[in-house]
Amino acid sequence: MNDLMPVSLQVNGIRYDVAIQPWRTLLEVLRETLTMTGTKRSCGEGQCGACTVLLDGKAVSSCMYLAVEAQGKEILTIEGPVGGDPALEQIQRSFAAKGAIQCGFCTPGMVMITKDLLSHTPEPDEDEIRDALVGHVCRCTGYVQIVEAIQDAANGMQAAARGMQDAASAMQDAAGATQDAAREMARKGGA
Amino acid sequence: MNKDPQKELRDFQVLGRAIPKKDARIKASGRAEYADDISMPGMLHGKLLHSPHAHARIVSIDTSRAAALPGVRAVVTGSDFPNIKFGNLPQTRDYLPLPMDTVRYIGEEVAAVAAVDEDTAEEAIDLLRVEYEPLPAVFDPEEAMQPGAPQLHANAPGNISAHSAFHFGDIDAAFAKSDYVREDVYETQAVKQGMLEPHACIGLWDNAGKVTLWSCKMSPYVTWRQLAMGLGLRPGDVRVVQTFVGGGFSGGKQEAMPMDFCAVLLSKKTGRPVKFVHTMDEVLTIGHMRHPMKIWLRTGTARDGKLLAQHCRLIANGGAYSSIGGFSMYLAGAMLNLPYRVPNIKYEAHRVYTNNGFCGALRGHTIPQFCFARDSQLELIAAELNLDPLDIRHRNALQPGDVTANGFRIGTFAFDECIERVAKLSGWRDKRGKLPKYRGIGFGCGSHLSGARLMGHSASAAEIKVQEDGTIQLTTGSTDVGQGADTVLSMIAAEVLGIEVDDVGFTRVDSQTTPVDPGTFGSRVTFFTGHAVKRAAEDARRQLAEIAAQKMGADPQDLVFRGREIFNPKDERQRIKLKDVVRWGAFQLGKIVSGRGSYAAADEKIDFRTGEGNLSPAYNPSACAVEVEVDPETGRVTVVGFWGADDSGTPLNPLGVKGQVLGATVMSIGHALYENLIRVDGQVMNPSFRDYKMPLATDLPKLADFQHSNVITWEPEGPFGAKEAGQGAGTGVLAALANAVYDATGVRLKRLPMTPENILFGIKRVREQKETRRP
Repeated sequence: MNDLMPVSLQVNGIRYDVAIQPWRTLLEVLRETLTMTGTKRSCGEGQCGACTVLLDGKAVSSCMYLAVEAQGKEILTIEGPVGGDPALEQIQRSFAAKGAIQCGFCTPGMVMITKDLLSHTPEPDEDEIRDALVGHVCRCTGYVQIVEAIQDAANGMQAAARGMQDAASAMQDAAGATQDAAREMARKGGA
Repeated sequence: MNKDPQKELRDFQVLGRAIPKKDARIKASGRAEYADDISMPGMLHGKLLHSPHAHARIVSIDTSRAAALPGVRAVVTGSDFPNIKFGNLPQTRDYLPLPMDTVRYIGEEVAAVAAVDEDTAEEAIDLLRVEYEPLPAVFDPEEAMQPGAPQLHANAPGNISAHSAFHFGDIDAAFAKSDYVREDVYETQAVKQGMLEPHACIGLWDNAGKVTLWSCKMSPYVTWRQLAMGLGLRPGDVRVVQTFVGGGFSGGKQEAMPMDFCAVLLSKKTGRPVKFVHTMDEVLTIGHMRHPMKIWLRTGTARDGKLLAQHCRLIANGGAYSSIGGFSMYLAGAMLNLPYRVPNIKYEAHRVYTNNGFCGALRGHTIPQFCFARDSQLELIAAELNLDPLDIRHRNALQPGDVTANGFRIGTFAFDECIERVAKLSGWRDKRGKLPKYRGIGFGCGSHLSGARLMGHSASAAEIKVQEDGTIQLTTGSTDVGQGADTVLSMIAAEVLGIEVDDVGFTRVDSQTTPVDPGTFGSRVTFFTGHAVKRAAEDARRQLAEIAAQKMGADPQDLVFRGREIFNPKDERQRIKLKDVVRWGAFQLGKIVSGRGSYAAADEKIDFRTGEGNLSPAYNPSACAVEVEVDPETGRVTVVGFWGADDSGTPLNPLGVKGQVLGATVMSIGHALYENLIRVDGQVMNPSFRDYKMPLATDLPKLADFQHSNVITWEPEGPFGAKEAGQGAGTGVLAALANAVYDATGVRLKRLPMTPENILFGIKRVREQKETRRP
């Protein structure tokens, strides 16, 4: 067909140059052209949230978004970047541990919206979590476990951040001690 | 029952622990392959043409323009199939893969196309020319029962699709003896499963004449039998492979659908695999919704509220085809009295064919509708007799050891405790009658069974292959559809063999290799398949014990399996790793350890004609209280608190049980307040998630006010004391919400859903009644 158009998409940190029809949605291109089927096709009209991906960190329904419009943006899908993403992994762990996954069809979208939420609201209260989920349907759980999973993920990421801070200050301390020791040695050597 | 459940729980090594679902991590990372995620080399894409008429004769179908479209590979219509009607029972075989000459509802599949991509297939659908001769249609079941009404099926005079009638005790004498009698009529609406994953399949007809269907089926063996029947093939030539299932809740994932037949036949014509995926519009328009019902209920009680008699007549709008409808009618009547003692019962149910999308099973099947009527009316009776709503329920509570009028033998049944647990959790006695205006609290109860004894196939089976590293491969015919079968069945096997859940591989169903099974419905999997897995694991354990005993010179009777080891607790020298036993047995003795087990519950028979017999090996009661706030300006109901309790026996995986009871509860909240498949002259008016409203996270109470508690019993019939958990908890929710709305507003709604407009009209009516009463 001659209506193909060259499009360059940056997905999970990798650049893909593809030729697509300009009316293809981002969901179709991800699933069919790039064979990334983790992003789910469900209601097809932006109501259920199963097809949620992040564009420059913000959640969008990929079934309602043209692939050509996503050019020049960082697209993050549930498959995640090569080498992993600590936030995604923490969210996925929390969803599994809290029983937030039954059939799992809403899960990729739920995980992505959680990543969006926690990136700008690292300590959300329950209302903020529920408001964030308003574009997402889960027919299995009754949402209780999903809310609990997001709370757990937020706590886990806070703890990890604190751990990083502690580690950073410990490293600073260690670096300081090394410098002190070096100075001491230099002083002794000079004596 | 004499066992102490707490002690049994303490003795469990694996069971009783809250274990995350085995497939949770693969699902969380988007790597689980659902049917729509599968592609095959050379695969074609199929699309279906749907009838625009509610009832019409197909005069002709011209496929030439569609077939000539570049990229189109094949077209099929009804005449390409062997014209064999399929269904579960001889009297319910009324469905064809595609209709030969008559369409009976708007949305019924008429033809299908396979093309190189979905867009081309869709374009080809538009090029199919069908000449219809419209026939008179009927949409209301009571109209359809009238003489002279349009007839849907030649073999169903009066459009009666199914009829069920029982009489136990002496209903006339009991009403004559009653101090108080009342009659009410309740109506329920069409509700959809609402699973997120649309139906999807890939069909392949290979050159050896073998048919394979990959599909997201809950009950692959039902599909397998129906597919073979409708194609006129031997079941042995048909293979159904289950993919990951993105939610089921019964419906189309229980049976063979036109898309399944079309996929394989288009594959035969093209020599390629053919994939179909429904759009959500198709999912919501085609069949399998919950039966809308009109329920007339007459109840007689003694002055103290003791139930003496119940007479129920119900008419169900069955839609155009039977599906599982015959059983649907029996079930509502069979469960009519539960969880109460009602000595005299009369039941008359008609399922009526109409020119609507057909109805089938949906979580709870036909039990929630009846519980809505019964527990709503019980509240009215309590008010009339000036009784406390909890007292009237206690007074009539079915007790362990009871035999119901229709012959159900009740084992464990902690109903009284469920009521009290809910009263305590909800603060019922502090709240009832003391809440501010437009705030109210309501109570509702229900019941369910742990798998049904069916006329045809009831038994489940399991096989366990023990591998040389001490892990096992578990195969059953049961499916994990998200409910956690993969985990709880693995836990049962691990418990028996003294290994960990991670040591158990759980396979999805492949009709070529897994044991045949009735399917995943009726809350039967943990119970029936759970028993089969336990027995298969015991069989493997017996074989392993013999090998270990031979190796260590021990008595197999003395050996204990725990911590991936086999040992004699009386002799510390007799201790060996499980994997060493497997290897030694296989390498030195040539003994391959393979355990098999099955469970049939075939000890009793049901007479579906009279309704008499013990339907299930176990029954469970549930109770709940709901607190609502009603906005008198808009009629909008906010659910501010929910507290439930049920007796699921011994929860084998508390995390799984929690997911089931909360999921069932929220589905029922949607049924009561929001969901309604609106049909005007057979046309579905809201076939999208934008207009078919299901509960969202913001529609529900906060975590602190949303609680469920399991009353733990040890069910002697169950595997390790367990009973059902997936459906019972939702059955009382509809009435609880109706009773709460009444408590808040004085508006008694007997028709679902309880929409803001119905509540507003009701509030207006209540105000007018008050004003006219003033002097």
